[in-house]
Amino acid sequence: MTTSQVEQVGGKGYKWVDDRVPASTFLKRNLGKVFPDHWSFMLGEIALYSFIILLLSGTFLSLWFKPSMIEVVYDGSYIPLNGVKMSEAYASTIDISFDVRGGLLMRQIHHWGALFFVAAISVHLLRVFFTGAFRKPREINWVIGVGLLTLALLEGFAGYSLPDDLLSGTGLRIAEGITLSVPLVGTYLSFFIFGGEFPGTDFIPRLYTVHVLLVPGIILALITVHLMLVWYQKHTQFPGRGRTEGNVVGYPLFPVYTAKAGGFFFVVFGLTAFISAVFQINPIWVYGPYIPDQLTAGSQPDWYIGWLEGALRMMPNVEFSLFGMWTLSVNILVPAVILPGLIFTVMALYPWIEQWATGDKRTHHLLDRPRNAPTRTAIGAMALTFYVMLWIEGGNDLIASTFSLNVFTITWFFRIAIFVVPPLVFVATRRICLALQRRDRDKLLHGYETGIIKRLPNGEYYEQHAPISDEERAVILDRNRMPEALPMPDKTDANGVKQPGYWHKSLQARLSQFFYGEQLPRPTAEEIEAAGHHEAELTDERDHEIGESRAEALAPRE
Amino acid sequence: MSIEQSPHSEDLPPHVPRRADTDPRAAKRAERQVGLLFIASSLATVGFVAAYVFISTEDLLDLPFFGNVSTSNLALGLLMAVALFAIGAGAIHWAKKLMSDVEVINERHPEGSDEESRAAALAEYERGRDESGFARRPFIRNSLLLSLALAGIPAVVLLRDLGPLPGNALRHTMWTEDMRILTAETLQPIRPEDLEIGTLVSGVPEGIDLVLEEEGNLNELAKAPVILVRMDPEDIKAEQGPADDPWGYEGILCFSKICTHVGCPISLYEQQTHHLLCPCHQSTFDLTDAANVIFGPAARALPQLAISVDTDGYLVARGDFSQPVGPSFWERG
Repeated sequence: MTTSQVEQVGGKGYKWVDDRVPASTFLKRNLGKVFPDHWSFMLGEIALYSFIILLLSGTFLSLWFKPSMIEVVYDGSYIPLNGVKMSEAYASTIDISFDVRGGLLMRQIHHWGALFFVAAISVHLLRVFFTGAFRKPREINWVIGVGLLTLALLEGFAGYSLPDDLLSGTGLRIAEGITLSVPLVGTYLSFFIFGGEFPGTDFIPRLYTVHVLLVPGIILALITVHLMLVWYQKHTQFPGRGRTEGNVVGYPLFPVYTAKAGGFFFVVFGLTAFISAVFQINPIWVYGPYIPDQLTAGSQPDWYIGWLEGALRMMPNVEFSLFGMWTLSVNILVPAVILPGLIFTVMALYPWIEQWATGDKRTHHLLDRPRNAPTRTAIGAMALTFYVMLWIEGGNDLIASTFSLNVFTITWFFRIAIFVVPPLVFVATRRICLALQRRDRDKLLHGYETGIIKRLPNGEYYEQHAPISDEERAVILDRNRMPEALPMPDKTDANGVKQPGYWHKSLQARLSQFFYGEQLPRPTAEEIEAAGHHEAELTDERDHEIGESRAEALAPRE
Repeated sequence: MSIEQSPHSEDLPPHVPRRADTDPRAAKRAERQVGLLFIASSLATVGFVAAYVFISTEDLLDLPFFGNVSTSNLALGLLMAVALFAIGAGAIHWAKKLMSDVEVINERHPEGSDEESRAAALAEYERGRDESGFARRPFIRNSLLLSLALAGIPAVVLLRDLGPLPGNALRHTMWTEDMRILTAETLQPIRPEDLEIGTLVSGVPEGIDLVLEEEGNLNELAKAPVILVRMDPEDIKAEQGPADDPWGYEGILCFSKICTHVGCPISLYEQQTHHLLCPCHQSTFDLTDAANVIFGPAARALPQLAISVDTDGYLVARGDFSQPVGPSFWERG
């Protein structure tokens, strides 16, 4: 294309830009960039679009919200609170809800959007985990993802703490109690954060800066790197016909994905707006302003804080006094500081833990089906069970009142079950995965059950099997990429000298056995061929028998 | 419409044409649907502006199941939802029906650098290292590292004025000797005879409103609140304080209202058992037994406030709490 043609299509403006930066060089390589198609690849998109929705609605809210704890007397459209003393933060949130046109809608979009944001990140993370998408070369993006999840939780908590209503103030009080439990520096931390004793008047302006500038700034930067890496490393894809470790199969960025992904942004925004129009969320005018000596029963945090709430509720009341001088609040420290710290650290390090245990340091672009990595899948299911149990315990009072149960019994149940149930889930999940592998092997070797029952002349019934489709075959055979368990190393070498690093190697081998040891043997090419022949022969033979006997039956009798 | 296969796609599953690929009428229909979705969006946007102008924020709509809802919020939200959703639905419909659905293949390339680039980068680094003498002149290097490490210190030091040091602030509340206990609701002093057996009221120190006004914050309200409970003296198994001079008054006991776990105000009272339950994390305190913890994550009993009556017959404190109220902290002891 000549320059004048470019001018015709792109206009003078495009040419102006292209003369200064190599826009065409970028576009020529990227307009045709292929993205693979799968519904689960939309989860990360939902998270991204929710974040954009949060930026837009949040900017709108910041034009009216006053992050101030100065006491004012409310005088506005919401009659029940007229004459009530409250902070400016709370009063301005009431104003946004009742006096600014579209203000309530934007507040509800912002709150629902935040709930969807964290939910989308969480489910996206599960998808990436269970399909092994975190493996080389995508470990960096996994760590960024864990960082984004952590920041999203923090940002969400900061956001719903800002209006200074009774519920959010209670959340902050709990956060202060947790800060105080930190050994050595906790009291100082709390005094520095709150500008003195709780609640003070400094905290909400400070939290506001954290919520609208600091954390979203970091989130935005991390999302940018996250997407650049996805772009550069290209998306993973599920196994299937024609899909290899060396290619990407799908549809081009322009026009298909521009329309699909761009359109999906509007779909997510539209649905968020619909839910915000119809379903009320966080009606702070019902809760009332924060007063430290008041609280309503059944207070619940937003869903993504529920697991921490559950951990706090579940923990027995262990507290030590050290030499009568210092207090160590194990009852708060363990569930609210150590547990989340441990969970996020192990989560961030998981790619390296698995790499080390399995010795699999190869590059992977084809995703695993969860059944083909039974131990990883079982670990994930176990962790998820642990999380869900904490989360349910976080609502123990609501469960107790809804189902007329004793709240103490529920807590005791979870105190025990949290150690018993996840390991059981681990074992069961692994068994299920191995059983699914067995079924795959069966289908590969003997075909699928057609549901056609035939009867042989000798009276024997059998079900006819038919070979599976080429597509399914490609998917099942893909398991051949899975690594083998590492062999146990010899204790001594050929000369009877002790192997250096034996302990390290044998631990690795044992972990590798744990990961891949119980896998079903993969069918070899010969086996598949032999089974195919066998199946075909069997069918032929039986059809022949049936045919003969039918011919016999139909033959004219003499 | 012809279907073009991309050059490397022999291995892919064969392409199955869609109706719009083969039937021009189906393609035309899809085109109409997409266009109508975009027009629906435009109309909804116009409607949104009209709703913004004409619907007052005070209008309420009584809907079944939802109850009274703000008409403005509902109208703006639904119109906005349609305006946005229809754009998305139109674009996706367009992509699915009319844009090519033939899968194409991109080759992957190694993510990392090749050996040649690595060697070249290393050579460049070594050139710079040698030119600067970074490795050869350890004095410069080490003093630079020292100064850089120290340069971060002001960032921490500057945070010092975020707040005062804790001092003894967490160990005291505003309660003093002969300070009357007022009801938290109405700020009225309380006589023992106002409290029947089995009642529990929330209390605050007299003059707390002035203190809050003066300090301009709610700090004292996060520490000083108490609960007063009256029970049959027979039911009291134990009290805090010396056995010969119990801190209650004729079966009236006064405890800190702030939970010793993480500081929620405790409010759920079970009259029959005199158990007090914190709604936040279900720590449960037995008020008949010196407010000891009988369940939940709190580790310490609620501090008891010693009370008596003044010459006018109103309940008063005999002094401040004998121990810090609220959550534990490291220096608590």
